[in-house]
Amino acid sequence: MPDTATVRYTPLDRAGMAARVAQDIPEGWYVNLGIGIPTLVSDFVPPDREVIFHSENGVLGMGPAPAPDKVDPWLINAGKQHVTLRTGGAYVHHADSFAIIRGGHLDLCVLGAYQVAENGDIANWATGERDVAPAVGGAMDLAAGAKRLWVVMEQTTKKGEPRLVKRLTYPPTALGAVKRVYTNLAVFDVTERGFVVRDMVPGLTLEELQAKCEATIHPPV
Amino acid sequence: MINRIVTTMAEALEGITDGATILVGGFGNVGQPRALLEGLIERGVKDLTIVSNNAGSGGEGLAELMAHGRVRKIICSYPRSATSTVFEELYKAGKIELELVPQGTLAERIRAAGAGIGAFYTPTAYGTKLAEGKEVRMIKGRPHVLEYALHADVALIEAWQADRWGNLTYRRSGRNFNPIMAMAAKLTIAQAQHIVELGGLDPEVIVTPGIFVDRVIHVPYGDPPV
Repeated sequence: MPDTATVRYTPLDRAGMAARVAQDIPEGWYVNLGIGIPTLVSDFVPPDREVIFHSENGVLGMGPAPAPDKVDPWLINAGKQHVTLRTGGAYVHHADSFAIIRGGHLDLCVLGAYQVAENGDIANWATGERDVAPAVGGAMDLAAGAKRLWVVMEQTTKKGEPRLVKRLTYPPTALGAVKRVYTNLAVFDVTERGFVVRDMVPGLTLEELQAKCEATIHPPV
Repeated sequence: MINRIVTTMAEALEGITDGATILVGGFGNVGQPRALLEGLIERGVKDLTIVSNNAGSGGEGLAELMAHGRVRKIICSYPRSATSTVFEELYKAGKIELELVPQGTLAERIRAAGAGIGAFYTPTAYGTKLAEGKEVRMIKGRPHVLEYALHADVALIEAWQADRWGNLTYRRSGRNFNPIMAMAAKLTIAQAQHIVELGGLDPEVIVTPGIFVDRVIHVPYGDPPV
């Protein structure tokens, strides 16, 4: 008989994590999605729910990838992939695009991260490796500027190290910024008490989840 | 008669000297003024400080300028990409200086220069490595970092349409840094896909009015398929 601890629950895959985030985005929100799993979120927002996606390079109302014969070389997203513009969309220059971000006009930004601390600090731009040139892009503006910052990431690193930590060990992107974390195992609100579990994949216990976090996690109230 | 349209690359780039600080439009390769960068390589100027969102990719445009050893320093937000090998090698060899700036702060520093604003405070980057050594002020209970305007000698930009007064439009996300860079330099040079008669652009759709543009050169790449 297999080890029961490994068969009682199934972690979400990348698409499952993106779908879980998409569930919580209501109609009418303006949303910026970071590179990686966050980019997949828009695939799981039903077309009849009007959510407007912003791309830092000056696209408001970004739509899905074009058919191969409909590519416009001048229309890309933050990840430099070809995209489309929805009916009703608009283009702005870079200072206006970052006024949208930094001026608190976005309802939500979803980013990936290496670590989130229980006080809402986020690390997602640098690992501290010395001979690699650092690169930040719009991460610090997005983390500091959006009305809400949600993070979507694996519960642990590939080596099994927890990503939900008491204090960051990687260089911070922004302090006290994260409001919610979605992982392949659970959803957490970041509150004054620290991480509060909102929901978990079926079959997982709070003790098992705690074992995968360095920070103390709290049961839902 | 005002005519800012020039016909040769030599005229377009006249006056750019060694040691110049040059704003280069574009986000990745989209909106990057490739022909002007090729002209700059041809011109042979060196010891340049380049301000651009990325540090070039592949082997053309900005990457080629760097490969020729003409760039002393780059000010950008995201020098890495799968194909930014030229920059990576120069950086590892200590042959290029990097000033890393958060993308919104980079845009705002350029905008501020064009608007006559000396500096501004922003919450972006507070508490991070990129704010080390910078003045911090509490504004409405939140720490803000002081950032200075980023002026330049030259701006090289890509436009979609232009007229002889230098009025410009852009195409889709090719707009990006181009309009704010046009405003922030002493000498602004645009390459344009299409040249139209004065009066041929709807005043409501002109993004950069000619007051911000010194020279325009016609560089047709061909229209996109859609």
